Amino acid sequence: MARLNADNEKRARDLIALYPESRSSLIPMLHVAQEQDGWLMPDAIAHVAELLDLTAAEVYGTASFYDMFFTHPVGRHLVSVCTNIACLLNGGFELLEHAEKSLGVSGGGTTHDGEFTLEEVECIALCGEAPCLAVNWRFFGSVTPERFDTLMADLRSGALADEVPPHGTLCRVRRSVGLPAAATPESVTGPEVPSAPGGGRPQSPGTT
Amino acid sequence: MPLTDAAPIVTRRIGNARSWTLSSYLDHGGYQGLRKALTMAPADITAEVLTSNLLGRGGAGFEAGKKWSMLAKPRPAYVVINGDESEPATFKDHMLLENDPHQIIEGTVICALAVGAAQAFIFVRGEFALGIERMTAALNEAYAHGAVGRNIFGSDFSIDLVIHPGAGAYICGEETALIESLEGKRGFPRIKPPFFPAAIGLYGAPTIVNNVETVSNLPWIVENGGAAFAALGIGRSTGTRIFSLSGHVNRPGNYEVEMSKVSFRDLIEDPRLGGGIRNGNKLKAFIPGGASAPWFGPDQVDLALDQDAVGKAGSMLGSGSIVVMDETTCMVRAAWRITRFFHRESCGQCTPCREGSGWLDKIMRRIEEGAGRESDLDLLFDVCDNIAPGLSWPPRQTTICVLGPSIPSSITSGVRMFRDEFLTHVKEGACPYG
Ligand SMILES: Cc1cc2nc3c(=O)[nH]c(=O)nc-3n(C[C@H](O)[C@H](O)[C@H](O)COP(=O)(O)O)c2cc1C
Ligand code: SF4
Ligand code: FES
Repeated sequence: MARLNADNEKRARDLIALYPESRSSLIPMLHVAQEQDGWLMPDAIAHVAELLDLTAAEVYGTASFYDMFFTHPVGRHLVSVCTNIACLLNGGFELLEHAEKSLGVSGGGTTHDGEFTLEEVECIALCGEAPCLAVNWRFFGSVTPERFDTLMADLRSGALADEVPPHGTLCRVRRSVGLPAAATPESVTGPEVPSAPGGGRPQSPGTT
Repeated sequence: MPLTDAAPIVTRRIGNARSWTLSSYLDHGGYQGLRKALTMAPADITAEVLTSNLLGRGGAGFEAGKKWSMLAKPRPAYVVINGDESEPATFKDHMLLENDPHQIIEGTVICALAVGAAQAFIFVRGEFALGIERMTAALNEAYAHGAVGRNIFGSDFSIDLVIHPGAGAYICGEETALIESLEGKRGFPRIKPPFFPAAIGLYGAPTIVNNVETVSNLPWIVENGGAAFAALGIGRSTGTRIFSLSGHVNRPGNYEVEMSKVSFRDLIEDPRLGGGIRNGNKLKAFIPGGASAPWFGPDQVDLALDQDAVGKAGSMLGSGSIVVMDETTCMVRAAWRITRFFHRESCGQCTPCREGSGWLDKIMRRIEEGAGRESDLDLLFDVCDNIAPGLSWPPRQTTICVLGPSIPSSITSGVRMFRDEFLTHVKEGACPYG
């Protein structure tokens, strides 16, 4: 798939409606495209451009500024190891080295089976649980080399599929409300809303 | 977990079962501040915030009430909440976004009500997936509860709120870059003047940008009055504040303590807080306010966590993050890693920042790897001086934003305190710490 599918095109149009100026929905919309395909495929970029009345170059120009967007395929699991100051002081570089050896890739490389892409990242705001990493932006603190290997095995086997959705999926909760919606009668009693992220489990926030 | 008698404010609900849900929030006094605010004149809300002297918690420490009072007249006006938290070693907003999203929503609506905004946006760092999910779920609940949307709690005040995900760029924490990003563009900070988005901000309209922790204080301030907040702390540093403590301490974490009444030593050593340095080691140096802040040595550990005191001593409380480095730490490596961060994150608009950070990264790296030259220390200072002329504190600026002048902080303070250690790297061609 490459252009946004019907459901995602609807999500994109809903995003446009949220903002006073349509271009503000560009980055949220790119997250939708990346959720659909795992990375930003050229046709998806073109489709987003069409929806916003921009050129593909303008969309690409914005997307390329941001670290979270990929314009090439990445693994199902994006493993992001922090080596910034708090992690450096607590074995972040050693964890990265272990990860490189264990997965056999480094510097943004992807394993042959397409399972893992490994990258070194800046502070992911989990410094109280250094050294730490994120997989598809789900956070794991106090990661020892042993814990790293268990984690990768669990990801590979699908045991963590609920906690860690495929790469690109940012928010599994859909906004179900808006000013126009609030004016309709059913919203007076309130729409059905999830009180926790889909399949989410309470996660340690990095505090003691 | 306060050290004084002051009870925590913004973290008081964290630890409650499912603290991020509406039902838990309502069970613990949620949305009472907003209900009270809706009975007040907007100017009176601002007056309470002025009385509280709430200082911004995002890094610059500007008075929130004063900022609101400076909002230019033209309408529409917007409120943008900064949840981009990416300053290395800062992890308090991450915790608030995941664990008390309703408090942020309540604070945002109070702010929007006080300044008369047309719409409010909560910009959440893109990497905070769970935070974005919890904020979105909370927004759905808040709408259903009547706390956001049309005719809030039956009043004639209406406001829509948007949870806006970022996409990974430290610079988007800078308020004008954040606005550009929210407009769907690359995160390039805007040229100043205008110095404040309060004059020309989102879509060119007057805009208030406040940090997540800053607005999280608002429900409490409205409920209890600005004077009760101002009664905590000392002088200009009022209320309580979250400090993110990390590095070589036994109990790293977020601690909300009364401003000015607790010292760095208390924070590091108190058994209820940091619990001392790991393995009983000695303190070598610490960073008092995020990676942008110049380092302090053990002789400054008795300073109070007070914005002005830390500023006078030559650094800043900044984003409220304290990094502890014990005697086993290689200072060259620590300073190099921070320098590399700035090199990676420079947006590239200004030559001193873009080129300077690259030079510094390269020089620091070769010193760290044992390939440094005797002349490198002078060269480091020369490049730093090109970015922030005079190397004074607060730094002078040759660039569009203050990321540039933040780059030299770790190098200049590190070399000043540990010159011998830098020289040993150069002379012995190796790191004495292995
Ligand atoms: C390079 C840079 C990064 C920043 N990052 C953040 C950030 O992540 N979060 C934040 O609230 N403020 C950040 N700031 C400060 C903002 O520009 C702004 O001062 C702040 O959001 C205002 O809110 P406050 O007055 O409530 O603190 C940053 C500033 C600079 C120069
Ligand atoms: S100082 Fe650096 S980050 Fe700031 S605008 Fe200039 S180049 Fe960009
Ligand atoms: S320094 Fe690694 S998470 Fe903050």
